[in-house]
Amino acid sequence: MSVAVTVENIKKEFGQYPALRGASLKVHGGELMAILGPSGSGKTTLLRIVAGLEQPEGGRVMFDDLDAATLSLRERRIGFVFQHYALFRHMTVLDNVAFGLRAQPRHTRPDPVEIKRRSLELLELVQLGEFGNRYPAQLSGGQRQRVALARALAIKPRVLLLDEPFGALDAKVRKELRRWLREFHDQTGHTTLFVTHDQDEAFELADRVAVLNEGRVEQVGSPRVLTNNPASSFVAKFLEESDLAMAPRVLSAERYNRATKVRLRGVSGSA
Amino acid sequence: MSDAVMRPPIRQARVNDEMPLVRYALIGVAVLFLLLILFLPLVAVFAEAFRRGAGAYLNALTDPDTTAAIGLTLLVAFISVVFNIVVGVSAAWAIAKFHFRGKQFLITLINLPFSVSPVISGLVFVLLFGAGGLLGPWLQAHDIEIIFALPGIVLATIFVTFPFVTQQLVTLMQAQGTQEEECALSLGASGWRTFLFVTLPNIKWGLLYGVLLCNARAMGEFGAVAVVSGKIRGLTNTMPLQVEILYNEYNFVAAFAVASLLALLALVTLALKSFFEWRFADAIALGATR
Repeated sequence: MSVAVTVENIKKEFGQYPALRGASLKVHGGELMAILGPSGSGKTTLLRIVAGLEQPEGGRVMFDDLDAATLSLRERRIGFVFQHYALFRHMTVLDNVAFGLRAQPRHTRPDPVEIKRRSLELLELVQLGEFGNRYPAQLSGGQRQRVALARALAIKPRVLLLDEPFGALDAKVRKELRRWLREFHDQTGHTTLFVTHDQDEAFELADRVAVLNEGRVEQVGSPRVLTNNPASSFVAKFLEESDLAMAPRVLSAERYNRATKVRLRGVSGSA
Repeated sequence: MSDAVMRPPIRQARVNDEMPLVRYALIGVAVLFLLLILFLPLVAVFAEAFRRGAGAYLNALTDPDTTAAIGLTLLVAFISVVFNIVVGVSAAWAIAKFHFRGKQFLITLINLPFSVSPVISGLVFVLLFGAGGLLGPWLQAHDIEIIFALPGIVLATIFVTFPFVTQQLVTLMQAQGTQEEECALSLGASGWRTFLFVTLPNIKWGLLYGVLLCNARAMGEFGAVAVVSGKIRGLTNTMPLQVEILYNEYNFVAAFAVASLLALLALVTLALKSFFEWRFADAIALGATR
């Protein structure tokens, strides 16, 4: 059931500004792939084009042998998880999950009992079985994320697309959810694409990582390949910088602590 | 560790540190002002209306010309509100959810009525549809009455009330963004279903608030309507116009009786408005800045 996604030479401009200048990519069926790149590199635009939320000006997207341009948004059946989840705030968690099923055309729509059963099942799957009657505002960030995931899965999507799935979460939850998502993917096996600017996240979670720069895919490969054989100076530099980006922060934090301690001692000494 | 010990006690500069005398003087001025400008006139309206007792009050309100004016006002307000809901929601939807050229210009146009004197708003329609106006001869030839008739009054009222609903919704919808709609569409919902089940529930309180303000203005509008109505008794007189006519005829009890209804409308609007602002503060605060 897992569908391969092929992105061929996609071009997209916003006004005069080219967001994508011929991006190409092949995602195997059942694969978990990260799109990694600095901000402004076109990651999210690429994801939205695969989802059908934006129209490309050139190139095409294929699901197996099917040209996505021939499919309406409804026919594409894409599970899209937005960065800030975009849960329907006035609906209960269960209604959120059921939305995609209820929105189906009458002849394919399951009956209400079946819709409820399936929605509950999906909530169980994301370990939120008891939260069906709550509203999104009553959930934590991590729980909302999982509701969004369950809602996206309800329409039996061809492909799962996640836009900065952990961007809005704090560091601890992020780590937990990362591990959880990886296990979840191994169980369910959807072809999954997610966007991130965080190298750690991409490397820990994904089978393969696509590095995007200025609207082009610079390299696609496993974390090991990217580190050992970067295809361009940009890839090498970007990965190196992401590594280094962590270091100064730790350093300065230590220095700060030391400085504060000294100051504290000085003040309390004089008091 | 002992954070509190180390920090020297900073004396916070407090805003309410004035002398008590100054404080009471300021409060006194404000209260006095409100009494003089708002409360007394309101009391005066009701006092004058009931000066000859409840019987005279009821008589004044059941006068055929007056009931006609009340009916016309309700009708005009109803049409304007419905029109403003339909057009306002569509315009706000277009502005908030799509990118297009001239969007800022459209927003300016929508807000234009706020900065145009109501009399001018009425006059524009007279110049356009009146007997000597641009389209006047053609309308006369086809026996279509706009000025000095219901269509003219409705047009003038819509012009004056147009920004209320639209402006409220544009700001609210822009703040809410398009993600929930995009999500609904990607889940396979039709545009109509997305509007009914996702957009509308999110804007309903803002919409209601806009309708409330729009309705109050529609019923109370004087200037614009005065120009286009022609003030034909029992036919094209709305309540505010009826008040003026009765007053000019020294029929004070009747004039103030009708005025008391308008004052009542204002009080009810105020109460509902306060209730909405208290109950749905978040939803409205987004839209209230115009």
